[in-house]
Amino acid sequence: MENLYDVVIIGGGPGGLSAGLYAARARLKTLIVEKAKVGGQIVITHEVANYPGSIPNATGPSLIARMLEQMKSFGAELTKDNIIDVDLTGKVKVIKGEQGKYHAKTVIIATGAVPKLIGCPGEVELIGKGVSYCATCDADFFTDLEVFVVGGGDSAVEEAVYLTKFARKVTIVHRREKLRAAKSIQEKAFKNPKIELLWNTVVEEIRGDGVVQSVVFKNTQTGEINEHFADEEDGTFGIFVFVGFDPKGDLFKGKVTMDEAGYIITNEDMKINIPGVFAAGDIRVKSLRQVVTAAGDGAIAAIQAERYIEHEFTE
Amino acid sequence: MLAVDKDTFQVEVLEAEDFVLVDYWNDGCEPCKALLPDIEEIAAKYEGKVKFTKLNTTGARRLAISQKVLGLPTISLYKNGLKIDEVTKDDATRAKIEAMIEKHVS
Repeated sequence: MENLYDVVIIGGGPGGLSAGLYAARARLKTLIVEKAKVGGQIVITHEVANYPGSIPNATGPSLIARMLEQMKSFGAELTKDNIIDVDLTGKVKVIKGEQGKYHAKTVIIATGAVPKLIGCPGEVELIGKGVSYCATCDADFFTDLEVFVVGGGDSAVEEAVYLTKFARKVTIVHRREKLRAAKSIQEKAFKNPKIELLWNTVVEEIRGDGVVQSVVFKNTQTGEINEHFADEEDGTFGIFVFVGFDPKGDLFKGKVTMDEAGYIITNEDMKINIPGVFAAGDIRVKSLRQVVTAAGDGAIAAIQAERYIEHEFTE
Repeated sequence: MLAVDKDTFQVEVLEAEDFVLVDYWNDGCEPCKALLPDIEEIAAKYEGKVKFTKLNTTGARRLAISQKVLGLPTISLYKNGLKIDEVTKDDATRAKIEAMIEKHVS
């Protein structure tokens, strides 16, 4: 059979790369299919301070480059393709991409998650026009301008601190009156003179003709509405959104068991409801979505895939 | 692909005749780097029909903002110096860039 792999891994983030490493070391014929940028969300993160062994000054791209090199040194293949359909029901699974068709004895789903939108009017229309979900991509545009960061978790506060290197003022807009971010990250934010906090506030609407020109805030306690306009000289400002994540699992809807939010349900061996198919990383139902937990998932999934192949394909 | 900067953009893009595509990118933008090989392949396909250029927005920030580009990656299509179409961020994929070109050039 053409293109028959022991393992096809869909997604080239930390979960997929870790699965690739363990699968290749087990001498399984391994293919990772990634549609855009290897590394997933972590390569748009400027600092990875919490992956064991990655300090000092580890960046997302440098960590991923080392993971990739390590994985390839054991013989895993990597291809760039956008998967458009999967048939996971047979003994041999079929994965269809825009560029080619792949057959696999086992499949590891490691498609990850994407940043969640605020969901307010004007947001989608102004993406790339002042609304951003990627500080490392877009921070530079806001040099000496004003920036709002929406959210209160690790990503929001970390990226707010990063943005102070560019923007003249960074305001964190959070719907509660307490941040969720790790204490060490909060400390960095609180002692940064460029950072201000706007508590109990949500974004109701983003407005602008071609670029962001104003934002409408609502106080969750008083219901008070307040529109903030760009400084006349600036003409615009930035709104960076870090309000959580949505699973990237559309391809598998109706085919694999998911929770209400669309995350794939696995057991502790990363097995899902279909034999020979596993899920790893941010796409699965779990309590902590981090590089370190994705890497752990990937390792377990690959070893379970190896056992499954031994059991099902050995005569 | 022709690398343009804030000094050459006027001549190479805004005063150019026919179709010019601009790939807005910078060094910090990993999605931009991942996309570049795709754009180079598309450039080869449309050689003679569309002039492909790339602008590093670091050092050309004001120029990018004047073109209403405040996010990367952004791929814009110009005709006779006027921006006629654009894809940005998650829409900046090989398939969608080709679809944008096909829509205007054929």
